[in-house]
Amino acid sequence: MATTMLASTSPRSDRVMRKRARGRFYWLRFALALVIALVMLFPLYWMLLTAVSTKADLYRSGLHLWPAHFTLDNFRDPIRNFPVTRWFRNSLVIAVLVTVITVLVNLLAGFAFAKLNFRGKNPIFLLLLSTMMIPIQAIMVAQFKLVVKLNMFGSIWAVILPSSASVFGIFLARQFFIAIPDELLEAARCDGAGIFRTFRSIVLPLCRPLVAVLTLMTFMYEWNDFTWPLIVFFSDNQKFTVPIGLVTDIKGQYTTNYGAIMAMSLLMALPMVVLFVAFQKYFVQGLARSGIK
Amino acid sequence: MSSSPSLVTELPAEALQGSAGLRPRRRRAVTSRGHGPTAGAFLLPNLVLVAVFLLLPLVWAFWLSMQKIGSLGPSQFLGINNYVDIIRDSVFWEALWNTALFTLLTVPVGMAVGLGMAILLNGVLPGRKLIRSIIFLPLVISGVSSGLIGAWMFDQYSGFVNNFLHALGINGPDWQSNGKWAMVSLVLVTLWIRVGFDMIIYLAGLQGVDPEYHDAAMVDGASAWQRFRAITLPLLGPSTFFLLIMNLIYSFQVFDTVYAMTNGGPNYSTTTLVTYAYKVGFDEHGSGELGYAAAIGVVIYLITLVITALNWRLSRNRDLAS
Repeated sequence: MATTMLASTSPRSDRVMRKRARGRFYWLRFALALVIALVMLFPLYWMLLTAVSTKADLYRSGLHLWPAHFTLDNFRDPIRNFPVTRWFRNSLVIAVLVTVITVLVNLLAGFAFAKLNFRGKNPIFLLLLSTMMIPIQAIMVAQFKLVVKLNMFGSIWAVILPSSASVFGIFLARQFFIAIPDELLEAARCDGAGIFRTFRSIVLPLCRPLVAVLTLMTFMYEWNDFTWPLIVFFSDNQKFTVPIGLVTDIKGQYTTNYGAIMAMSLLMALPMVVLFVAFQKYFVQGLARSGIK
Repeated sequence: MSSSPSLVTELPAEALQGSAGLRPRRRRAVTSRGHGPTAGAFLLPNLVLVAVFLLLPLVWAFWLSMQKIGSLGPSQFLGINNYVDIIRDSVFWEALWNTALFTLLTVPVGMAVGLGMAILLNGVLPGRKLIRSIIFLPLVISGVSSGLIGAWMFDQYSGFVNNFLHALGINGPDWQSNGKWAMVSLVLVTLWIRVGFDMIIYLAGLQGVDPEYHDAAMVDGASAWQRFRAITLPLLGPSTFFLLIMNLIYSFQVFDTVYAMTNGGPNYSTTTLVTYAYKVGFDEHGSGELGYAAAIGVVIYLITLVITALNWRLSRNRDLAS
């Protein structure tokens, strides 16, 4: 009541308050932030512009920030000439399966480290930790030999299983599960629920945000992943994922036609941009969380 | 990765937590005796995947690195000869130098710019959430896409950058045929991708800085710069540390952006260690020498280990200091 009266009777003090909250150089800072945002956004705009421009327009001299002739040929031609829809299906299938497997096994392991006591807990945890710093390039030859030996080479499982061998999610999961009170789990136990039942019907519903973060981040990582799928699928363009098709087939064929290359890059980036915009909160939370620890 | 030291120091406290509850005796019975097999079931899927697809290949990599393995014919044991070859291989040294240069150029600059953006966007500004998201956006786009966008924008004849410079009356550099400029363009594209990450982590760190410290220092007459140096920067220590490690490892292992943007060229001027390892082992124009590629991989792993060990030492000193 008092504050509303104050605000209505003395607009000047209100303005002073707002000014103080803004701090010094308010407009200068705003201008700077705006310039940065524009610079960051520009390459994406350029990708879009290129994707809808005719080839002749791209190679005109001078600076053009607007399409002279709008065209969708850059999308049509590569889709007609290459199994692009197949690549999208491959990417989707692989990303979904890897995400399901990774999130599931990481949640289970994270729960064990947070809530169960067992022999060798710390050494096992350290061992898992240490695998985080193994670069794919250090082991790619051995992984390659391994999937050949396991008769998986060329099948999607040769990508899915090695990609699912990840421990990143365990740490996020563990942090999250520690916050769940033990009493809750014990209550479930007293009601006669086994550990798995407790996990499924008590713990999982409580950690929806965690599952959201892990799912989003794993899916994004997998959708964009390049090195390992490239090694496994290099020789068969029917099995390519989108990034591989983009670099090997599309770029290889249209070296001088950036319209087609940018159109396909745009198609590939679009689902991730949409996901990001829709679930921004979780992306930022997930990243910030991983940094705070 | 950087979280490893803090997680490790956390462990004893947490182990205690299990037995120091209200009902220590019962709690212990519940958590330590009955759960061995159950814990095994919870851990097994992850452990099997990690053991088969990470640990086994890691051990195997050492063995493979001591052999000559071509695409055809039987393999042949070479002992340390692959490593001797690495030392004599001028391309390897060039790739190592490129990797170091790339890392040196991307990591400090990216972190400084990210910190600047975080401070800028931590203050009151209209639309700051939208601006933050825009800065973050390149991060969700794949390294391949960003590499392709970079290749096109830095095209030396009709790319946007040179057209723009031309409009300003400047003759743009030969981004693609000059190795030094190729590296510069690669660094710029990498910074474009990465600053959003640095910014987000620093923003999270800044949220943890209590404004009362600043108020107190202001009362004592500290200037904005003094407050930044004496309060904000030290309190951002953990974020800086985390970012340093993440960025070092990222820059050290960057592959998709390089592959899509310059493919390591011109000549070997943007070939990094990981691109070289791939080229040697798998590239269609490469030699297909898997054993040699494995040896380069082992070297990459060892360097990563050194970085991590240094990080460990640094973090322990940091903990002791604070």
